[in-house]
Amino acid sequence: MKPSSFEYHAPETVEEAVELLTQFGDNAKILAGGQSLVPMLALRLTAFEHLVDLRRIDGLDGIDRRDGTVRVGAKVTESAVERSAAMAEAASLVTRSTPHIGHFQIRNRGTLCGSIAHADPAAEYPAVAVALGAEMEVVSRRGPRTVSAADFFKGFWTTDIGADELLIAVTFPLWNGRCGFGFQEFARRHGDFAISGAAIGIEADADDRITRCAIALMGMGAIPERARAGESAVLRSKIGEVSAKELGRIAVSELDSVPSDMHGSAAYRKRIGAAMVERAWNEALIEVTNG
Amino acid sequence: MADVEIAVTVNGELRHASVEPRLTLADFLRERCALTGTHLGCEHGVCGACTVLVDGEAVRSCLMFAVQADATEVTTIEGLVGRDGGLTEVQEAFRQCHGLQCGFCTPGFIVSVTAFVRDHPHSGEKEIREALSGNLCRCTGYQGILKAVRTLCRSDATA
Repeated sequence: MKPSSFEYHAPETVEEAVELLTQFGDNAKILAGGQSLVPMLALRLTAFEHLVDLRRIDGLDGIDRRDGTVRVGAKVTESAVERSAAMAEAASLVTRSTPHIGHFQIRNRGTLCGSIAHADPAAEYPAVAVALGAEMEVVSRRGPRTVSAADFFKGFWTTDIGADELLIAVTFPLWNGRCGFGFQEFARRHGDFAISGAAIGIEADADDRITRCAIALMGMGAIPERARAGESAVLRSKIGEVSAKELGRIAVSELDSVPSDMHGSAAYRKRIGAAMVERAWNEALIEVTNG
Repeated sequence: MADVEIAVTVNGELRHASVEPRLTLADFLRERCALTGTHLGCEHGVCGACTVLVDGEAVRSCLMFAVQADATEVTTIEGLVGRDGGLTEVQEAFRQCHGLQCGFCTPGFIVSVTAFVRDHPHSGEKEIREALSGNLCRCTGYQGILKAVRTLCRSDATA
């Protein structure tokens, strides 16, 4: 046995789960799919006195269309997301990013909400949530609240979720105009965390002018970063007039906390990041043009 | 820390056990059920040697606690048996194509491929390679393994 000892709780309702979190605070952690948490426990990168498993709680495993949006419950696995026709229809960027996560055996257990709550800056779903403007539903004994993706990610592996709060669902808004999306990442081997990656959503009007652009970067800082400089550079431009290569350069130009580690220097990551933005832009462009 | 009572069906046999919460499903299978066909390589989800089926889905048994397997059906390599107690189609294809060398990674590959071929019987080269990416073979005997899975996808396509 590699992890340190913990007390195991498997509550049957959200209320009971929240009660446990209120009682144990920072000494407790939610266990959903466990595909990030269990390796960290096994490597003793972290330890908790209490794990609160969601598996016996009903009603958290739905992918539901609501007024065009798509809401994903806390127990929905990445494999379920990958197979969901509702998700492909409402938020294709989520669907497209999913095969990049781990391997199919990992996706059979890992959850979308778990990935977002874990908040690894190199992970796929946090970047996609930031690009699309997803909303996180958290509950505690103090009641429910909604946090926008822009305010959710606070730092490396750190979110706005309080110690007594539980992330019960993530809702992706519908981008319903003339839209195109792109998702590209570079990893050394399939399933590894990305060295760098980009998730892009764009919307154009009937005159081919870009009316909305969101670019989120993976592995380029402590949180999934929006490339604001890149976004404003292309806004109001005509789609055919944007140089993807130039956009890639601008998108990474303002980043000042790009990590340097054994997998690559900050300069290398920026070059890869610029290339991923370029490719994701081209991917999104094809969709807008054909859409 | 308090032990937890679980009831897990392993290879068709219902087993009741009292387990420490930090006991992984992999260790439960090997040490409590004496099913040592499930191998442990990295014990943090990278190598795939410990892959088993939980309610039919291929998962890493090192990334799951035994307590989470309560009320599920687990199938290990020992539970994959062909007609008349012989080899399954997947096992036979690995044998025919020399899809194993030292054999350490083999249970994980067989279990993963069993689920993959069941769900995606007509896969092409790209899908097959992607599906195999979650299992490591340190003998680097991938060519035989690839050939075995190609054979399985092809034989089903023409059946």
